[in-house]
Amino acid sequence: MTEYFHSVTLEEEKCRGCTNCIKHCPTEAIRVRNGKATIIKERCIDCGECIRVCPYHAKKAVTDPISVMDEYEFKIALPAPSLYGQFGQEFSRERILRGLLELGFDWVFEVARAAEIVSDATRHILKSDNVKKPVISSACPAVVRLIQVKFPNLINNILKIESPMEVAARIAKQTVAKEKNIPAEKIGVFFISPCAAKVTSVKAPYEKKESSVNGVFAMKDIHIKLLEKMKNIPRNGECELVSAGACGVGWAGSGGECRALESYKSMAVHGIHNVTDIFEEIVEEKLKNVDFVEALSCTEGCLGGPLTVVNPFVAKTNLKWQVSMAKTMDFSEENTADYYQELLWTKDMEYKPIMKLDDNMMKAMIKMQKLEEINDGLPGLDCGACGSPSCRALAEDIVRGLAYETDCIFKLREKVSNLADQMKAFEHIYKPKQTD
Amino acid sequence: MSSLSLIKKEYDIPANDFSRAGEASSNVRKLLTQLGVNPAIIKRTSIAMYEAELNVVIHGNGGKARVEIFEDRIEIFVYDEGPGIEDIELAMKEGYSTAPDFIREMGFGAGMGLSNIKKNSDRFVIESEPGKGTRVYITIYLIEEGQ
Repeated sequence: MTEYFHSVTLEEEKCRGCTNCIKHCPTEAIRVRNGKATIIKERCIDCGECIRVCPYHAKKAVTDPISVMDEYEFKIALPAPSLYGQFGQEFSRERILRGLLELGFDWVFEVARAAEIVSDATRHILKSDNVKKPVISSACPAVVRLIQVKFPNLINNILKIESPMEVAARIAKQTVAKEKNIPAEKIGVFFISPCAAKVTSVKAPYEKKESSVNGVFAMKDIHIKLLEKMKNIPRNGECELVSAGACGVGWAGSGGECRALESYKSMAVHGIHNVTDIFEEIVEEKLKNVDFVEALSCTEGCLGGPLTVVNPFVAKTNLKWQVSMAKTMDFSEENTADYYQELLWTKDMEYKPIMKLDDNMMKAMIKMQKLEEINDGLPGLDCGACGSPSCRALAEDIVRGLAYETDCIFKLREKVSNLADQMKAFEHIYKPKQTD
Repeated sequence: MSSLSLIKKEYDIPANDFSRAGEASSNVRKLLTQLGVNPAIIKRTSIAMYEAELNVVIHGNGGKARVEIFEDRIEIFVYDEGPGIEDIELAMKEGYSTAPDFIREMGFGAGMGLSNIKKNSDRFVIESEPGKGTRVYITIYLIEEGQ
């Protein structure tokens, strides 16, 4: 896989070159050039904000086709907890999990269960003295990438534990390999995802060399098929696939991870722009008395993921019911203390300074000087008509040699008007002399 | 040490407006990030500047910040025409605060501001006289030794 694989991509023929996406991108990673949007790969964190705002559906998340399942002898589904929020009360968790079996999976392992294991390990880590606080959750891959490109000072605050998806994939694979005596390479593990960032984290992981997940399916791609299958499954019925308790199921929404930690010094923030604000407060040491920050890129957390189907607030209500039906787990019986080391990242994350103007600081300063100068001459309307998200971003693009001052329509108008004045000055030359 | 600054910025610091305190320091942080300054140095700069800004908001009745970036360093000059400080030595002590109760209730005014600025800057000078306002000069080197 190349260094900059991204799930979020553009379908050029659908793009009309409007400015909706460039305005919403939290890392200023999109420009409209020659009437089409382009994504700056180094900057994109796969948050999916552009997918959500694009009125022409030109932005999409690349996920795996369901057919990749056929490449494996034994197929395991890993439903993200947010899947439970996609259906109303008539669809119990038992029914949903059995529905997944009907879709062709041989087994289902709840990511919600792995989330509980992650929460348990987090509790151990929070107790240790040599951890940098506030600890920032690493569950949301878009948030981790945001830190990687914009908040180098927070890299050490990241909870260096594998995501529930990875933990689930590993447990599921190991369990099946052992119990059914099937070689690991013949077992396919498929994550049912609410978001694009998870796809990227599987194809180009930052925390480990290789992901244990074999494929990622979009929640919206299986939604209708799953609904059809579930209709044939009785409403009430037991299901041995249920393994997670209320805490794990609750992880789907904002605040769920915090609740599982049972710490009053925890904070839940959701929506990528809110996350950015809170991170700025942490960098400037304004945020006090918080030990743990659950930061999720989407509004209402994974329930608001760009690949989900129902409105996040409807999903939140659905989930509340699912949580109430789940049993409360006694975490004192959980015993991950001995092996939580296995869940730690094996590789550290590197800062990617995407905003840097030049590798040489002196050259960067000269560019900055120029940037300020250009910026002072721009109208400051941040209209986006030039294709850059703000006047300052255009100034930056000009300094980098990627745009021209006349990309600004106000600057262009100025130029044209100057030109017209000059033409007028030559009027006496081209106008035929009037004769009486 | 070069004497010609490459980048000059000036910021207004409004009085008693907490929502805007930190605007200047966060702006400077973005500038330094674009210059490719070491993140640890950026962090020190933004903390020192934020504290200086906050003092102007809480005590100084508003003022200004002037920032100059040189080849090797950043110089931050924060000044106000507020009531001034009577005993600078005492004000520098950790935990000493003259912030009114309502400000402390907001979580500010713990008496760590000036010492925090000193801790995070490479050179720190403060001048103040009762009735004549306060001027704070902060210098931070942008290149670490050995770099």
